[in-house]
Amino acid sequence: MNLTLRIWRQRSSEQAGAMTTYEVRDISPDMSFLEMLDVLNEELILRGEDPVAFDHDCREGICGACGMVINGQAHGPERTTTCQLHMRHFQDGDTIDVEPWRAAAFPVVRDLVVDRSAFDRVIGAGGYITAPTGSAPEAHATPVPKEAADTAFEHAECIGCGACVAACPNGSAMLFTSAKVVHLNSLPQGAPERESRVLGMVAAMDEQGFGGCTNTGECATACPKGIPLPSIAAMNREYLRALRKGAPGRV
Amino acid sequence: MTSYSDFTVGAPIADTKAPDGPVAERWDRRRFEAKLVNPANRRKLTVIVVGTGLAGGAAGATLAEQGYRVVQFCYQDSPRRAHSIAAQGGINAAKDYRNDGDSVHRLFYDTVKGGDFRSRESNVHRLAQVSVQIIDQCVAQGVPFAREYGGLLDTRSFGGVQVSRTFYARGQTGQQLLLGAYQALSRQIDAGAVEMHPRTEMLDLVVIDGRARGIVARDLVTGRISVHLADAVVLATGGYGNVFHLSTNAKNSNATAIWRAHRRGAYFANPCYTQIHPTCIPRSGDHQSKLTLMSESLRNDGRIWVPRAKGDTRPPQQIPEHERDYYLERIYPSFGNLVPRDIASRAAKNVCDEGRGVGPGGQGVYLDFADAIDRMGREKVAEKYGNLFEMYERITAEDPYTRPMRIYPAVHYTMGGLWVDYDLQTTVPGLFAIGEANFSDHGANRLGASALMQGLADGYFVLPATIGDYLARHPHQEADPGHPAVAEAVADTEDRLALLLSVDGDRTPESFHRELGALLWEECGMARNDAGLRKALDRIPQLREEFWRRVRVPGTGTELNQQLEKANRIADHLELAELMCLDALHRTESCGGHFREESQTPDGEARRDDEHFSYVAAWEHGGDGAPVLHREELAFEYVHPTQRSYA
Amino acid sequence: MALATRTAHPSALRTLWGSTIGKKTVMAGTGVIMLLFLIAHMLGNLKIFFGPGDFNSYAAWLRTIGQPVLHHSWYLWLQRTALVACVVLHGVAAYQLSRRDRAARPQRYAHRQPARGSYATRTMRWGGVILGLFIVWHILDLTTGTLNPRGEAGHPYEDIVADFQVWYVDLIYIAAMLALGLHIRHGFWSAAQTLGANSRTRDRALKAAANVLAAVLTAGFVLVPVAVMTGLVN
Repeated sequence: MNLTLRIWRQRSSEQAGAMTTYEVRDISPDMSFLEMLDVLNEELILRGEDPVAFDHDCREGICGACGMVINGQAHGPERTTTCQLHMRHFQDGDTIDVEPWRAAAFPVVRDLVVDRSAFDRVIGAGGYITAPTGSAPEAHATPVPKEAADTAFEHAECIGCGACVAACPNGSAMLFTSAKVVHLNSLPQGAPERESRVLGMVAAMDEQGFGGCTNTGECATACPKGIPLPSIAAMNREYLRALRKGAPGRV
Repeated sequence: MTSYSDFTVGAPIADTKAPDGPVAERWDRRRFEAKLVNPANRRKLTVIVVGTGLAGGAAGATLAEQGYRVVQFCYQDSPRRAHSIAAQGGINAAKDYRNDGDSVHRLFYDTVKGGDFRSRESNVHRLAQVSVQIIDQCVAQGVPFAREYGGLLDTRSFGGVQVSRTFYARGQTGQQLLLGAYQALSRQIDAGAVEMHPRTEMLDLVVIDGRARGIVARDLVTGRISVHLADAVVLATGGYGNVFHLSTNAKNSNATAIWRAHRRGAYFANPCYTQIHPTCIPRSGDHQSKLTLMSESLRNDGRIWVPRAKGDTRPPQQIPEHERDYYLERIYPSFGNLVPRDIASRAAKNVCDEGRGVGPGGQGVYLDFADAIDRMGREKVAEKYGNLFEMYERITAEDPYTRPMRIYPAVHYTMGGLWVDYDLQTTVPGLFAIGEANFSDHGANRLGASALMQGLADGYFVLPATIGDYLARHPHQEADPGHPAVAEAVADTEDRLALLLSVDGDRTPESFHRELGALLWEECGMARNDAGLRKALDRIPQLREEFWRRVRVPGTGTELNQQLEKANRIADHLELAELMCLDALHRTESCGGHFREESQTPDGEARRDDEHFSYVAAWEHGGDGAPVLHREELAFEYVHPTQRSYA
Repeated sequence: MALATRTAHPSALRTLWGSTIGKKTVMAGTGVIMLLFLIAHMLGNLKIFFGPGDFNSYAAWLRTIGQPVLHHSWYLWLQRTALVACVVLHGVAAYQLSRRDRAARPQRYAHRQPARGSYATRTMRWGGVILGLFIVWHILDLTTGTLNPRGEAGHPYEDIVADFQVWYVDLIYIAAMLALGLHIRHGFWSAAQTLGANSRTRDRALKAAANVLAAVLTAGFVLVPVAVMTGLVN
């Protein structure tokens, strides 16, 4: 199939960017979206133009590196990561708009590459269980009810791609933050730091310049891993509980 | 550029760090004998860790917890994205929670045997011992392993072993373990104990007065080349499977760090040992950029077959039962579809070479769940394999419930890597290699669910214990940034990047990578022979010469330039590939993942040659001359070599 | 640095007002209070169908709540103060959060998606502004009587009837009530989410409850002008 692509090109964070139009031909429906961009880039190199920069790595939907807004939707029309989106979901002759994640907390580095290090700082503010190597008790010392283990797992599936922030009209990172809070706070191992974790992570999230939640649900719709919207409610519950208990926050 | 027509044999090499005595006591003894660093002195000591996967992430966090100053690097935008994240199956540990006869000794035995008697007993035994602590550690970190209704950890059996010792988190065990390590690392970054440099790639090693004292790195966003000096350097940069272009590795996984270290004096061990995984999704065309693995567990219930007749292009449903060849069940009646990875892979290649392969290009075999659905019902099959089926359907647009899956083998893991002693130290003092980047524990073939075990063992427990001995013996002394070795490493790096940018030829970096990969897959893939390897050894230097003459790298070196990154990695692949072929050529036996067609039993099985090849091949870079082979003889006191048989 | 800040104990209230979740909590809490008031208000309004006697004496009774502990009308003033505080807090928090939200997405997408969220969700901000303006008009109309065509203290029945005989008053009122319905439809569920009362098992029930509440309140309030227009109440 032949396609028209309109891609956001921006040389660096300091320079202004614009949508630029490209034509690609003979695209196989079995290609992934990134493979289609590979084809474009190979052509651009041979034509002496700059290829389009985009983040990608595992190309099997788990590392969370890839992510672009395709026709206004984070990761495109299917509920999956960009690397697992295949061209069979487009029609011959389509015009496809490709843009980077847009959020103040995710400044554009180049073209479709953005800086998501704000996520790392949110995790650093409490998204862990303090268990220095060597200090662990026998694994079976604390049984974990299956239900709690399953809830923890389901939230631990977050790949940190940032689609939730990109899709949210407010550029909010509530779904990302709540996934980690719920993962760790549903486990007995996470209980001792339950309050400081949620207070610290929420404060960091606000500090990084993400917007607030208006419960539009766009994040959960875009999430390629299906982190559920009620996860945010669970984090709010944890947050209010921590405030009531007067646990030391980090702000 | 160098060209290896041959090699020379150097002095034998030995692992001088592993203690003597009963194998079960060696690790304790080593830890006792190792010198310790006073906690007050640790904060004066800087350790560079390159890579943030299971091994690197675990090591960075643990060293920082111990009080060392850690400076860590990853090329990804976040330490959470290292490719350990993609491991699906699980992690082995000799917990014996099932009371099914497992023990440290059995895991040790299985691993040595599974490695086809090409690994060190001391190392493997330590790995089995430490495996138990890993599970404790990860559970304490909140890794959500699968659990039973009683709240205890669930295990499954994996990769044909008879005990159930594999812990798992659905099909995302690697992800969960990696996030555990990443979170521990994040805590140290936040506390200021780890200085993290994401989007920064190591491009050379700095060796001063015979010791590894730092690295040269490039900031991938600004292109700035910087030097980082330290008291020791740890490489945790993963394997080199991407030499094959198409593999299950992440697109940006690369061999540059270990190859640059090799060029600076670290020996490279067993480069020809690559593992080819039998159950990957076949290529759909020339555009294919990488391959996706599907968990081996599919072979527990799926039946593998191809049409009996060559060139049978009927849809699978229309091929009647008697015209199908369930070749694994036919050739290996007792193990059937559950034969080890290398055997399953090679059998698939054989039937495809006969012209009986299915799908595009005839590069695929069927993995059929029709019988399983009849036997267990669709629901039960969905419960067990639903997410894998979904993944398959997303990629191929075919429904595995109604049409057999197509699978084909793909490069998955490299057992070879930098040679290290028992302390995980390379032949360059002060340079350590952990995880897939070293060669240490898997011999010629890695068992399923053992990669995660080894990465975490090295990172959490082994390296943090052994590096102290080195650091205690080398009290902190500021490295001199003005040392000529530093300037030389920087100049080498800058010159090389400048050269890549200046060629301005007519071929893309990717086109070279594709060509190299196809050549290597053909001649140094699942089956190797003398003529093919020689052909590759002729072709690779030509390709390398062509690369430096015709490659086109757009843009500049002072900006985010993904093509420059890629070209620089491919340049190293073009050198490493040659060493792989040379190693494969010199090892005329078959063992584990290395199958030499000349060395097989009458029924087509791999035949080892213990008399001549019971050694680790540690290659020294020959500079402009030929590589030098140093042999490390292997001794087996506990597990006696036997010929594998699965017939 | 991290360690030092960990030992600081900011007051819970300051942390609450300082964080996005906290501000949303304030909005949710004040929203729930206003919602409870609206339910009572609507039920009171419906007494209009029992005639001027019933309705006016009900209005008079409202001024006697809390007697003899409280002086005449004191309770009503307390309630009015609380409600005004709610409106102000709700509005200020909404304003501050909106500004923050806009700043968090400085550059919009070139490809604008046809909106996916419900109409109610998308109209929260402007709907809120409209409701705020309506409240001012409503107080001037039926509390102080300033804008009321009749505006006689102690005769709310007559004031209402006079009001709704003017076509544009009906229009303003009904439009505002529709806006209120939309606001509650998203706001009720949203408040549950913000206050942490939502969960996967409750999600559907809460959404259904929000729809019912929105419909009942809108219908309850709209009944009055409709009844006046149709002559059922005069």
